Amino acid sequence: MDEPLNLVLFSGTDDKLQAAAVLTAGAAALGRPVNVFLQYWALDAFKRDRIDRDHGLAPEAGSEGRVHVDALRAAGQASWAETFRQAKDLGNVDIEACSLSMDLLGIDQANLDPLVDGVEGVTAFYLNAGEGQVVFI
Amino acid sequence: MNVLEIAAQVDARGLSCPMPIVRTAQTIRPLAPGAIVEVLATDPGSLKDFSAWCRSTGNELLEQTTDGPVHRFVIRRK
Repeated sequence: MDEPLNLVLFSGTDDKLQAAAVLTAGAAALGRPVNVFLQYWALDAFKRDRIDRDHGLAPEAGSEGRVHVDALRAAGQASWAETFRQAKDLGNVDIEACSLSMDLLGIDQANLDPLVDGVEGVTAFYLNAGEGQVVFI
Repeated sequence: MNVLEIAAQVDARGLSCPMPIVRTAQTIRPLAPGAIVEVLATDPGSLKDFSAWCRSTGNELLEQTTDGPVHRFVIRRK
């Protein structure tokens, strides 16, 4: 379990980010390092002024899925951003922005939430991933 | 019968996965080795999660009981 878990986050909807945050927190609780690489719409969701907004759900959620997600939230489920904060408090979780996606969105690190530790390219991501699994969400 | 001295409690009732484990890991971390923590959780996944977490982290699951929807775990810190 010492190999890191490596998550590539592409989708920027709240449900997929929630699932990624749960995987991250679970690994952190087991003492497993986690490297998170933010691309495209996931990176957009980590913008400082957008992180706590509604980012919608994946298309397959439909209106019924929306009801279930809202009910869980109303029952006190922590947001994905809060779950990532807890995971970082608990363990070795490094969240990096993909430099290509930074160019794509025309932003710099000052625009990103403090949850994001830095900016890197895909080579650095693979180097840090080592022999660990890579999961794309 | 041994009476365990509970050093800290975690009330994770109503919290969904992975928060019961996250709260427990945060609570147990600053305690001394051997300290005992009691956890209450309603997440149905917590039954398997706590035994797996204890196995993996080396903490010891001393007791596990269920009363209706509430699962209770007593854990000794590694």
